Amino acid sequence: MQAVLDHLPYYVAVWIFACGLYGVATSKNLVHLVICLAVLQSSTYVLLLAIGHRKGAIAPFFADRVVGTPATDPVVQALMLTDVVVEATVMALLLALAVQAHKSKGTLDPEKLRSLRG
Amino acid sequence: MSDGVRRALLLVGLLGFAALFVWGVGGLPPAGEYKGPYGTMLNVSAGAERHVTDVVTAVNFDYRGADTMGEEFILFTSVLGAAVLLKHEEKKKESGEKEGTGDDESGEGPPDSEAMRAAALGLVGLIVTFGLYVVLHGQLTPGGGFQGGVLLATVPLMVYLAGDPKRFLRIAPEALVETAEAVGAATYVLIGAWALVKGGVFLQNVLPLGPSEAKVTSGGTIPAINFATGVEVAGGFVLLLTLFLQQMLDRAREKR
Amino acid sequence: MMTGDAPLIQVLQIAILLFVAAMALGVVLTRDPTSQAIAVSFHGVLLGVMFFLFQSPDVALSQIAVGAVALPLMILLALARIRKDEAKQEKREASTEERAP
Repeated sequence: MQAVLDHLPYYVAVWIFACGLYGVATSKNLVHLVICLAVLQSSTYVLLLAIGHRKGAIAPFFADRVVGTPATDPVVQALMLTDVVVEATVMALLLALAVQAHKSKGTLDPEKLRSLRG
Repeated sequence: MSDGVRRALLLVGLLGFAALFVWGVGGLPPAGEYKGPYGTMLNVSAGAERHVTDVVTAVNFDYRGADTMGEEFILFTSVLGAAVLLKHEEKKKESGEKEGTGDDESGEGPPDSEAMRAAALGLVGLIVTFGLYVVLHGQLTPGGGFQGGVLLATVPLMVYLAGDPKRFLRIAPEALVETAEAVGAATYVLIGAWALVKGGVFLQNVLPLGPSEAKVTSGGTIPAINFATGVEVAGGFVLLLTLFLQQMLDRAREKR
Repeated sequence: MMTGDAPLIQVLQIAILLFVAAMALGVVLTRDPTSQAIAVSFHGVLLGVMFFLFQSPDVALSQIAVGAVALPLMILLALARIRKDEAKQEKREASTEERAP
């Protein structure tokens, strides 16, 4: 039990990754696919969080704390921070692609959109 | 291959991957025992070295500034791609079908609701102030360019929800927003290049560091880059909103 | 893993991880994109709470602003646009059907 609890964030990360990948691969609707991609990306956040976590530590802000108290890893948080904002714009680009695909082919099904004809 | 076969193959692959991952992760130290020296060193010395108290923002814009520049340009490029995709379509439609009236009073905006209008207008001032606060105090408290930029970008959305698409397009004209976004992205690179001019490496912190007790003006290049990033992220998100909303408004105008 | 934190925080951390995992499955299994936008918004809020409980307020701030507001907004706007396109196509097909026979 303690072994599972020790590595719980990693297990949750791979579970979310598997869910997202399953959703992407068996999707019948381009917008549903984009949203599953967003879920896939959130698994990397959980993984990064697990790497940088330190038990009993404060957040890495020293405006009201003495410099030197143990704090969690700031580098990993910096990575996650920019990633969250950039993910939204990449999803917007993919949604614009989906809107254009629907406009020219009339369908949102990835199966029917497979051929690059016309 | 058929649907069922693909699903079965996928599940087999995922199970194999999960098994390998779980076996590999078992050898890691338990989550919570962080040993990495880089993070500990940064926490202890960033305050004294750069006169800031928010170590995450200092890492973002100073210690790992080149990475953040790359991420910012991913944002810029995605917004550019979405704009190219959605605008190209608008031009095609305009050249093909011309309608009589050019200027509508109100496109198919959100339905009129006094409660919605009151709530949205009450919140606008508050959100602008809070967004600016989050951007400007990025190096002191949790915040920074990215978060504050997204907060600021929700303000034109509030105006749109208050029921007036025309006014939304007037307070966030596309030319201004595009220019602001480009200026924000360019300022980041120019500040880095200025460091080269001053004789250091790209993106080195060469501006005066300010008071040693962290205030809004301390940090050297950090507040400047912070502000430029806030402008760029806000401009990017408002541009995305404008693009998507204009699609709906134009379509509605044409259907009439 | 989390010995050293207060016991309440430990329990909350485990609970939020399990909630996030369950919600991810829920988002994937929702097939209709409109309801999925609401589901992903809630998933975003849960992620924000998770970041907060793991001592990362910076990331929680941007996650809540982006994942619970901006992302579902763009999804719903794209869906509205697609629906209007479908209505226009149906209108065009109906008018060609009238003229054909």
